[in-house]
Amino acid sequence: MSDATAKEILYRIRRFEPTRDRAPRWQAFTIPRVPGMTVLDGLWTIKQTQDASLAWRSSCRMGICGSCGMLINGRARLACNTQVSEIDAAVIVVAPLPNFDIIRDLVPDLSPMFDAHAALMPYLIRDDAREQERPTGEFSQSPQELERYLQFSYCIKCGCCMAACPTYATDPVYSGPMPLAQAQRYNADGRDGGFLRRRAVLGGERGPWRCHFAGECSRVCPKGVDPAKAIQLMKRDLVWDYIRLRKEQCPAAVMSKPKAGTRRPDIPEPPPRTV
Amino acid sequence: MMRDQKLWSWHVAAGIVILLLLGLHMTIMHLDATLKFTSLNPAGGEPIDWANVAARGKMLFFPITYVLLLSAALFHGLYGLRNILFELDPGAGLKSAISVILIVSGLGLLVLGTWSAVASFDLAR
Repeated sequence: MSDATAKEILYRIRRFEPTRDRAPRWQAFTIPRVPGMTVLDGLWTIKQTQDASLAWRSSCRMGICGSCGMLINGRARLACNTQVSEIDAAVIVVAPLPNFDIIRDLVPDLSPMFDAHAALMPYLIRDDAREQERPTGEFSQSPQELERYLQFSYCIKCGCCMAACPTYATDPVYSGPMPLAQAQRYNADGRDGGFLRRRAVLGGERGPWRCHFAGECSRVCPKGVDPAKAIQLMKRDLVWDYIRLRKEQCPAAVMSKPKAGTRRPDIPEPPPRTV
Repeated sequence: MMRDQKLWSWHVAAGIVILLLLGLHMTIMHLDATLKFTSLNPAGGEPIDWANVAARGKMLFFPITYVLLLSAALFHGLYGLRNILFELDPGAGLKSAISVILIVSGLGLLVLGTWSAVASFDLAR
């Protein structure tokens, strides 16, 4: 842990302004240390008191939006979710997420990640478009079916897993852990019937085949998602599919509404609708 | 588009074949004293003794498993090597060249190995 009694803390930040710099450079800032301070708080202090030109992305400050993913002391993390006191070093070293081009300072260009994400159709695919547009009921789903994909749905698309992936670092064709985990999230969803459409992409070079199961994606995920597991499950499903042993998933049907009952006399009428 | 799904499935299948046949090899070669394979080692002594090797060489089962193991090992190994090389991000032309070289060398080694297995079977008989 860093020295919690110190009154000041040193930040080393990688800076890059493409219109001015030919290569990234490091800049040091010393700021007052405040109890409970996150790495993001420190960046705001630097911006407000020392260098207003420092650029990064952030929004919610509570680990929900996934904007402030950056490389902090060698590990991809959310700046808002990382306390300065939990970093085991005297200096906080901050750089943009690796494996992406840099737009400016700590702002990576995440568009390749979102392009790969969109290519794998991360949404429910069903034949009954009318039911999805104008639902008449709920799609049936048991708690066991929910468990098959629930943890993958916690992904906030921060890009930390992509930055930690050794395969994505070298292979530009590989989709990467986030898009693949999200494709598996929908393939495993009992309400979805889009496996065959996603297979057209996943069965090729952009699929899960280059994954070495290094597991770094799962280690760095700030939301506890396990993309490495999703990728292995996807490989298994695709192999079963190739040897015709995959159980074809029938998208869940709309549940029938409960039949009209008799209202108990001791239950009052609901108030009139206001909207 | 589905090519990698197919190749990976065969890669896994080849791995299982290697596991089974290598298990069989290890059992015959190293568990002889425990399991007493008198029909596989009729001359007694070590399984690697010439008389025992010649006796096994007369059984059709062995050249068949040699060729099967060779096919599985070549496919599994060369496909793995192809994956490693592709991760170095070669261009499309180089990717095709790598695939062709690996297929040709794999087929060449398979023909050589098959010929050796068949020839030794003929010789033993």
